[in-house]
Amino acid sequence: MSPHTAMTATAPAAEATVRKSSPGTARGPRRRTGRLRRVGLPYLLLLPALLLELLVHLVPMVIGIAMSFKELTQFYIRDWSTAPWAGLDNYSVSVDFDAPVGKALLHSFLVTVAFTVLSVGLCWLIGTAAAVFMQDTFRGRGLLRALFLVPYALPVYAAVITWVFMFQHDNGLVNHVLHDQLGLTDKPSFWLIGDNSFVALLTVSVWKGWPFAFLIVMAGLQNIPRELYEAAALDGAGMVQQLRRITLPSLRPVNQVLVLVLFLWTFNDFNTPYVLFGKSAPEAADLISVHIYQASFVTWNFGTGSAMSVLLLLFLLVVTGVHLALTSRGRRTAQ
Amino acid sequence: MSTPRSPMAPPHTFLWSRRIFLTLLTGFVLIPVYVMLSSSLKPLADVTGAFRWLPTELTIRPYIDIWSTVPLGRYFVNSLIVAGAATVCSVVIAVFSAYAVSRYSFRGKRVFTVTVLSTQMFPGILFLLPLFLIYVNIGNATGIALFGSRGGLILTYLTFSLPFSIWMLIGYFDSVPRDLDEAALVDGCGPLGALFRVVVPAAVPGIVAVAVYAFMTAWGEVLFASVMTNDTTRTLAVGLQGYSTLNDVYWNQIMAASLVVSVPVVAGFLLLQRYLVAGLTAGAVK
Repeated sequence: MSPHTAMTATAPAAEATVRKSSPGTARGPRRRTGRLRRVGLPYLLLLPALLLELLVHLVPMVIGIAMSFKELTQFYIRDWSTAPWAGLDNYSVSVDFDAPVGKALLHSFLVTVAFTVLSVGLCWLIGTAAAVFMQDTFRGRGLLRALFLVPYALPVYAAVITWVFMFQHDNGLVNHVLHDQLGLTDKPSFWLIGDNSFVALLTVSVWKGWPFAFLIVMAGLQNIPRELYEAAALDGAGMVQQLRRITLPSLRPVNQVLVLVLFLWTFNDFNTPYVLFGKSAPEAADLISVHIYQASFVTWNFGTGSAMSVLLLLFLLVVTGVHLALTSRGRRTAQ
Repeated sequence: MSTPRSPMAPPHTFLWSRRIFLTLLTGFVLIPVYVMLSSSLKPLADVTGAFRWLPTELTIRPYIDIWSTVPLGRYFVNSLIVAGAATVCSVVIAVFSAYAVSRYSFRGKRVFTVTVLSTQMFPGILFLLPLFLIYVNIGNATGIALFGSRGGLILTYLTFSLPFSIWMLIGYFDSVPRDLDEAALVDGCGPLGALFRVVVPAAVPGIVAVAVYAFMTAWGEVLFASVMTNDTTRTLAVGLQGYSTLNDVYWNQIMAASLVVSVPVVAGFLLLQRYLVAGLTAGAVK
């Protein structure tokens, strides 16, 4: 980081001297185009990425925010700009927690928070435990590592559809094992409707998500110098102490980014619930992204749907901001 | 790959907890894979009745039927074109951007990286509808059909993998010594020559890792694929839903098709995962 800041600090001064000396001299214009090329090059290199981000992310986001202030029902969808302005109506409907729409949104939000916290926690825990257990070499380690990455590598729909089959009431594996073979339940349970659907969703999400945590933590562990462990072992530190004093503190910066990324992905996840439950998610597993999708495309009320998306974005912005503020302060005091 | 951690052998409690933990985890990971594989080799009767661990008879019938029950071949080609093109474009664009950020100082650098990374945070649902409208309007105004076409999907998917790719490659390029490309510049290479002759070859693991990530992202996406494709451009993500009709769910065929669409990505991923770990170690996680 420090070389960058040093360069940005000196760059304006260098530019100023070039600018001052260029008029009057014979080689001025050529030098100016050279400078233009040098200064313009980074922007030119960034241009494709910038244009695409504008087209696919930023402009649609601005339009989405504008839509949230409109009364955008199916009658206006052909030409959305003619839809009447609705002021804050869409927002007041969304956050009126006594009325059905707001109540359902709040419920969906709380379900999503609970789901995300549990899923991210379990993914992190399993991923870290597996990475730490596999830090040393043993026979079959490479094979095991490849196996563990399979759930992450599988396309979401192929993996989740397999779980749908396993969770079937009559012909699924889960009921066969729990009811027929182990006798843990009185009768076969429903997994994809009712309260059990939360457990089903969490299971699939953790199964699919923990290998990513494993991958990142494993990469982070490789940056810890071996000498640290050797020195600690010579000083008589046991494995638990080495874990607490070396491994976990060294992983801290990695974990801060990892948890944030997992949080954002899990909170916004649409693919898993959509393939698991289809277009209508059960109430117990009504994640916010599917909820908004339903609110927009099933009822054809895109204004309210957009308002809900904007509220969701604001919430994620606040969480990310707080997270970054807390972690960067922690990093500063640690230094 | 790595040396033993300490001169002393690890205690027995550690070895046993490791054995138990890793065994349970292997079971958890592999059971769905086993279900997918075994069910894809079962006759229909085996998957409609109570679940059985072993097929009554092994049959490859589902692997033949999947191609005629739904036009799986066409979906497969569509997915290959979309994911392949999105990967190539995304990697090239990410290489340019990461090079600019890693090697140059310019105004707006921080704004650029923060903006690009923050798009990761956007809920897809927020820009799904506006993007749909933009594509339709571009189509009406210029005649370039983006909505419903593979081109529109390629554009969308490549931006999905772009932020992470740029971020990871910045870290990776930073780890390539500057002296190398400065020497190339002194030798008369232009900046692009230095990028492609020196920096890119030194960053191959990072670039492969980014390509794998981009391909997987495009191959597995469901939400935009279900809204932005039509009958001829449908990808596997949506096409696989065609095996359940009102009367029957051909679970053996669904499992066979799932396996077939998974093989390219899983095989590619497992072959290249060494690069992904190396790329993450040098780039993102540093």
